[in-house]
Amino acid sequence: MIELKNVDFSYGDHSVLRNISFTVDDSEAVVVMGPSGSGKSTILRLILGLETSQRGEVNVDHRDICRMNEKSKRRIRRKIGMVFQDGALFDSLSVGENVGYYLIEHTALPWKEIGLRVRSMLGFVGLDADEVIDKLPDQLSGGMRRRVAIGRALLSTDPEIMLYDEPTTGLDPYATRNVVNLINKLHRERTVSTIVVTHQIADAFAMADRYVVVYRGELAFDGSYEQLRDCRDTRVQEFLAPFRDSMTGVFKRKFFDGGISP
Amino acid sequence: MAILSAFDNWLKHAAYESQRLFFFSARMVGALFSRRFYLRETMEQMYLIGVGSMVLIVLTGIFAGQGFALAFSMELMDFGAKNYLGRIMAISIIRELGPVLTGVMFAARVAAGITAEIGAMKSSNQLDAMVAFGIDPLKKLAVPRLIALIIMLPAMTVICDVIALFGGWVIATLVAHVTSTMYWSAVRERLVFGNIFVGLLKPVLFSFVIAFISCYKGFSSAGGTKGVGRATTNSVVLCSITILIGNFFITRVVFNWIKGYL
Ligand SMILES: Nc1ncnc2c1ncn2[C@@H]1O[C@H](COP(=O)(O)OP(=O)(O)OP(=O)(O)O)[C@@H](O)[C@H]1O
Ligand SMILES: [Mg+2]
Repeated sequence: MIELKNVDFSYGDHSVLRNISFTVDDSEAVVVMGPSGSGKSTILRLILGLETSQRGEVNVDHRDICRMNEKSKRRIRRKIGMVFQDGALFDSLSVGENVGYYLIEHTALPWKEIGLRVRSMLGFVGLDADEVIDKLPDQLSGGMRRRVAIGRALLSTDPEIMLYDEPTTGLDPYATRNVVNLINKLHRERTVSTIVVTHQIADAFAMADRYVVVYRGELAFDGSYEQLRDCRDTRVQEFLAPFRDSMTGVFKRKFFDGGISP
Repeated sequence: MAILSAFDNWLKHAAYESQRLFFFSARMVGALFSRRFYLRETMEQMYLIGVGSMVLIVLTGIFAGQGFALAFSMELMDFGAKNYLGRIMAISIIRELGPVLTGVMFAARVAAGITAEIGAMKSSNQLDAMVAFGIDPLKKLAVPRLIALIIMLPAMTVICDVIALFGGWVIATLVAHVTSTMYWSAVRERLVFGNIFVGLLKPVLFSFVIAFISCYKGFSSAGGTKGVGRATTNSVVLCSITILIGNFFITRVVFNWIKGYL
């Protein structure tokens, strides 16, 4: 359970977020949308405790992560899986070591067991384990790197919260569909709270239980798909205008609920 | 006036930076004594720092030793005192030249490497990813480098000393026509506790200087590739200067303690 209460955040004197409040219940999936630079990634960084809010609370499991000591922060973070916007793979480690990072660092599992889990995770994210496991991240394509990043975030001992920062940006339609299905699958099977930041409205509709729109650091919308469709807020309408056609709901059913699985 | 205020600004900035460097160093020392210890990283750094610097140190030692011996032997011959060459070589190399040259070479090679690596990791969000996995980058990255430096810098200094003394021996026998026995017994005469103590204390202190400054500069770098470049340059300059100035003060202070052991 994640709860932001009246959060203000600024880098120096550059105000990034103003009075942001929303909650993500246990095993709920919320999509955060908004124009570039509106502060979406910053929200995720706050939830991870990488930045500290100047005002308000960022509660993760009912405790304010911004006001914790480092040790408690570290304990909370182990329950959170994060896919960074640019992947942030460890470029001096192989793909296998990247994906197995959590297990290598935080568990005493034997190498063989870690290897098995890494392989099955690589399969899960649609990569050929034999082909990529010993490669360095630099030797992969952008889309493959993104999937490695997702695999790395998933392969921890049961994340309770998953944060995805634009997981489908820059992927081809096929890979996008795989990633979207992956996120959904994980969300349903393991009942984790999920926040997905994305610009891709079509993907958003396929993943979310609820929608949050951030506009220039302010919360412009928080509600269901129907409410979003009928929202009269000019900021929301402006942001959604290019996608009106696809918002009839047909799109949603036709392309995604049909269960196009990889 | 403009110059004055620029100087004022510079002074304030320097004071601010040294304060932050101080606190960072304190945290690094704190991390040094934490329970979590990364053996694999430490061994790897020892290998990279030690074995990687070997050729550089050997070359530095040989040519510095020979150059010194050449210059001194000319001067001593005028006084008919060339049998003292070994003593002068031993003192100047073990007490001053070895530690300073090795320190400055390490500042050039190792400090640059550390700052650039950590800076690049920071600019590609890898440090954040590490933190998100519940890992303290200070323990994982800074401490292994600090330990590796504390062990390898003195070791390399000893190697540099020995090689430089051999360089001096070559000149002594071939150019100055001092007999081998004469040279080495003169050297041995000066291998006393006081000299060796200073000669080993210096590299240990320099290893802290290099580790603190280079890690600090890496962790605090900002502004993308250019920022990493700037941080690296600063790191090398600051390390070298601090080593040279520090060397003087150590010589000055420690000399009083060790007078009795010379
Ligand atoms: N390290 C930083 N220092 C200063 N300002 C920053 C920093 N990181 C981000 N910002 C600013 O914070 C604001 C929000 O950035 P953020 O990355 O959260 O946007 P975003 O909504 O994720 O955008 P995008 O969709 O392009 O990823 C931007 O105006 C950006 O300029
Ligand atoms: Mg972003």
